[in-house]
Amino acid sequence: MPEPSSAQDPAESVGNAGAGGTMDFAAEQAGSLTAPPPGEHLVPEGGTTTGKPRSLWSDAWHDLRRNPVFVVSALVIVFLVLISIWPKLIASGNPLACDINKSQDGPAPGHPFGFDLQGCDVYTRTVYGARASVTVGVCATAGAAILGSVLGGLAGFFGGWWDAVLSRISDVFFGIPIVLGGLVFLSVVTNTTVWPVIGFIVLLGWPQIARIARGAVMTAKQHDYVQAARALGAGNTRILLRHIAPNAVAPVIVVATIALGTYIALEATLSFLGVGLKPPTVSWGIDISTASTEIRDAPHMLLWPAGALSVTVLAFIMLGDAVRDALDPKLR
Amino acid sequence: MDTLTESPLVPRTDTLLDVRDLHVEFRTRDGIAKAVNGVSYAVARGETLAVLGESGSGKSVTVQAVMGILDSPPGFVTRGEILFRGENLLTMPADQRRKVRGAKMAMIFQDALSALNPVLTVGYQLGEMFVVHRGMSRRDARAMAVELMDRVRIPAARQRVGDYPHQFSGGMRQRIMIAMAMALEPDLIIADEPTTALDVTVQAQVMDLLAELRQEMGMGLILITHDLGVVADVADRIAVMYAGRIVETAPVHDIYRAPAHPYTKGLLESIPRLDRKGKELYAIRGLPPSLTDVPPGCAFNPRCPMARERCRTEVPPLYRVTAERGSACHYWEECVGDD
Repeated sequence: MPEPSSAQDPAESVGNAGAGGTMDFAAEQAGSLTAPPPGEHLVPEGGTTTGKPRSLWSDAWHDLRRNPVFVVSALVIVFLVLISIWPKLIASGNPLACDINKSQDGPAPGHPFGFDLQGCDVYTRTVYGARASVTVGVCATAGAAILGSVLGGLAGFFGGWWDAVLSRISDVFFGIPIVLGGLVFLSVVTNTTVWPVIGFIVLLGWPQIARIARGAVMTAKQHDYVQAARALGAGNTRILLRHIAPNAVAPVIVVATIALGTYIALEATLSFLGVGLKPPTVSWGIDISTASTEIRDAPHMLLWPAGALSVTVLAFIMLGDAVRDALDPKLR
Repeated sequence: MDTLTESPLVPRTDTLLDVRDLHVEFRTRDGIAKAVNGVSYAVARGETLAVLGESGSGKSVTVQAVMGILDSPPGFVTRGEILFRGENLLTMPADQRRKVRGAKMAMIFQDALSALNPVLTVGYQLGEMFVVHRGMSRRDARAMAVELMDRVRIPAARQRVGDYPHQFSGGMRQRIMIAMAMALEPDLIIADEPTTALDVTVQAQVMDLLAELRQEMGMGLILITHDLGVVADVADRIAVMYAGRIVETAPVHDIYRAPAHPYTKGLLESIPRLDRKGKELYAIRGLPPSLTDVPPGCAFNPRCPMARERCRTEVPPLYRVTAERGSACHYWEECVGDD
C-alpha cells in the first residue's frame, strides 16, 4: 500500500501508485478543475476548492455565469420583468389613448411601430402587454410546477394507493380539452384580472408536470445511491429532498420552461376566444388575435406583439436549457 | 448425529450480529421465490465472516434484510430474528432502526459509481453522515470528509473533496464508499462484493485497505463475495450459501484443507491452479435451482456427485463437524475423508 498522502503536502501524492494514477486522468477530463496536470500537484493552499462548502446549486450558478446562452436569456428576462413592473421606463404614452383616425397607420414620428385597428400606439401596447403575458406565463408555470412536482414526486416516491388516486385524478384533468374547459370555466368568471386565467392554466397544467415528476422520481428511486443513503441512516425526507430531487429536477425544468411558452400562447388563445383576458387589459394575446385578421393590410400590427411573444418564449426555453445543463455535473 | 440448531458455532461473549433462522421470500407474479430459507450466522467484534455463494444463493438478500433495505414489497422477512448487540432489529421501531444504520452498522456496495449520488460532491456525501447522525454543521462535516478521504488514501483529498463521483477512478470511488461506511466508526461493516466491479490490481489494494481499517477499528466485517481468492486472505470464518441456505460454515483454513460439503469441494476444485496447468478445469455441472422451484431434499442433490436416495427426500440439517464447523450434507464424513 502506498503511504497515506496528506493534504498539506500534495506533492507527495504524485507518487501514489495504482488507482491513484487514474484519477489524474479523471481530473484532466474535468477541464474546469483546479488540479494541474499530472506531475505537478502543487495546488496553492486556499485554492478555489478549499473554500466554503459547494452545493449543487452554487456549482450550477458558477457554471451559469460563464454560459453566454444563460447570460443573454437572463438579461432578456430581467428586461421583460422590469418593463412588466415599470412600463413607463421605456414607454411614455398611454396604451388606451387611441385615435381611430390613425387606424392601421404605419410608423410615424413618436410612434415607431405604427398604429393598430383602434388607432392605438403599437409600441406602447407591446410594452404594456408584457405585464399580462409575463405574469400569466411565470405565475401559471410556477403554480403548475410546484403543485405538479410536489404531488407527482410524492406519488412516485411512496407509490401505493396515493399514487393510484393521483394518477386517476390527473387522468381526469388530462381528459378535459383545454379550450372547451376554458370556455366553460372562464365564461362564468366576471373578474377581468389575470388571476382566473392563471388559476385555470394551473388547474389543467399540473397533471403534465406531475406525470413527469412522478416518472423522474420513480427512476431516481431505483438507483443504488438511494439504497446506499438509506443504508447509511438517511430518513425519507432527506432521501427525497437531498438525493432524489436534484436527480429528478432536470426533466421537470425542461418541461416547465417549454410549458411556460405554451401557457403564454394559451393565454393568447383564450383571449382570442374572448374568455381569457378582456380589454381594457392590454396583452399580447389580445393584440395578436385582433391583428391576425388584418395581417394582409397591416402586418406591423401582428409583427410586434408576436415578435415580443416569440422572444419571451425563446428566452425562457433557453434559460431552462442552460439551467438543466448546469444541474448535470456530468456535463461539467 | 449431532446437529446444530443455534447459530453461534463457538460459544462467544462478544457476538455482534446474530442472524437466527432467517427466511426471506419475494412475492412475485410468477410465484413465491424463497430467497433465504433458514440462514443462521453470527459475527463477533473483530471478526471477518466471508459469505460465499454464487448469484442467487441469497447472500445479498440476507444482508439486505440485516441492513433493513430489502425492497418491500416484493421482499418479506417471514421468519427469524436478527439480533444486533442483543436487540432484535426486526421488531425495533423504524425510527430507532434508522439510527442504527450508518452509525452502528454500515454497508459498502458493489458498484460505487451507482451507489454514490451523481449530483452531489463526494465531500457532501461523506459529510452527510456527520450531519445526519451527529448534527454537525456543513463546514465541520466537510473538514471531517477531508480527513476521511485522507484516511482511505485519496491523494490530494483537500483539493478533491468538492469533486463529483464521476471524476474519480473506480478504485478511488470504492475508497470513498469505504470511507463513508467507516465514517462513524460502526461496530459492523457489511461489504457486498466490494471489489467485483474493480480490476484485479485495484482489487488487491482495496481489499488490503478494508482489512487494515477493519483491524485498526476492531469492528466486525461481513464480506460477501464469490471470489475464493479474496476470502483466503482476509476472512476468519466462511459461510457457504446455496439456494438460500448455509451449506457449510467453518474457520477459513479448515475449509481450504478439507471441505465438508460437496458443493464447497466443487467450488474449491474449480479454482484454476498453477500446479494443475494443462489439465481440464473442474466445473460443477448443472445450474443453481430456480428459487421458485427448489428441488425437494437437499437443494444441491441434482448437481451433487455423491447424491443418493436420501438426499432427494430428506433436507439435511446443519451437522456438527467439529466444535467450530457445520455441514449440511448427510454424508459429510465421506466428503471430509475423501482427501
